[in-house]
Amino acid sequence: MHITFVRPLHLNAVASVIALSVAASVTPVAAQEVSGVWVRGTIKGQSATGAFMQIRSDRLLSLISAASPVAGVVELHEMAMQGGVMSMRAVPQIDVVPGKALELKPGGYHVMLMDLKQELKAGESVPISLRFRGADNTEKVVEIKAEVAPLTKPAAKH
Amino acid sequence: MSRAIAHAMLAACALLSACDWSDRKFAHVDVTGATYAREFALTDHTGQPRTLADFRGKVVLIFFGYTQCPDACPTALSEMRAVMDAIGHDDAARIQVLFVTVDPQRDTPELLSHYVPAFHPSFLGLYGDAATTARTAKSFNVFYERREGKTPTTYTIDHTAGSYVYDTFRRLRLFVRHGMGPASITTDVKTLLAER
Repeated sequence: MHITFVRPLHLNAVASVIALSVAASVTPVAAQEVSGVWVRGTIKGQSATGAFMQIRSDRLLSLISAASPVAGVVELHEMAMQGGVMSMRAVPQIDVVPGKALELKPGGYHVMLMDLKQELKAGESVPISLRFRGADNTEKVVEIKAEVAPLTKPAAKH
Repeated sequence: MSRAIAHAMLAACALLSACDWSDRKFAHVDVTGATYAREFALTDHTGQPRTLADFRGKVVLIFFGYTQCPDACPTALSEMRAVMDAIGHDDAARIQVLFVTVDPQRDTPELLSHYVPAFHPSFLGLYGDAATTARTAKSFNVFYERREGKTPTTYTIDHTAGSYVYDTFRRLRLFVRHGMGPASITTDVKTLLAER
């Protein structure tokens, strides 16, 4: 029996952010895929929000920084709960291990967008540049677009 | 339940030490009788002075946070929104969700007036000046600490992430740890609403 899976519309957004690096030299370069990118919408006056996504790579890769034209300061953050206290810390890098999706999600890592220059409205999209470093110390920048979700989006997908 | 049966059950419980009814009443941490988190005097996002007494007859849920928080705070508020949706219109009118900012410097009344009701129109944002905020947090056993960022405006705030729940008689009853999901909160709120 053949079953055809119809790709839901929202996956098209995923497809559009798949970035494959082209091996320009003899040395093969890591290929990574960034999917499910979303940023929490803001209301006027709010100056910070977070972007969330999944990143896969066929080689060890480190996400070392991010930038976006909508934010003055962009950092990689880790949220942690200790003794009931929520803390957020900037981290220097987040490693992507081959064969395992790195999840940036509420309760864990996020790309923190601060000193926002504009309100981020649901339905819009926000460009973000992700800078990766490979195990061989080469760096590359991957451009993605994050879909703006409502401010009130729950943490877990249902 | 007849008195004889009640006595029999009590006797059975005395024999079985594992039998603990108090643990079964609520899914969340029962803090009934705690001496902290008794009262506050803050201002709501419309400018009205507020104390716990204003919400008599309602089950009150209080959460401390700040609007520049991308993770724990909107997650907690969207969970409370889900509780409101799950509990039904009539009972939802007997619930009051309060969001107390630990960042009065950036969380202006205007910002709170847009942010908090975005989750549910009945939710209220509360604020005080720096000293009132510190005093209130201390009396609620809520920890918060500012962590400087790269620029003067990008500081973050570590804070206790969890909600206090009061019964309709203004008594502190439960502490809800962060990220427990709306289902168990809904169950406990229903239990509190059913109390007479």
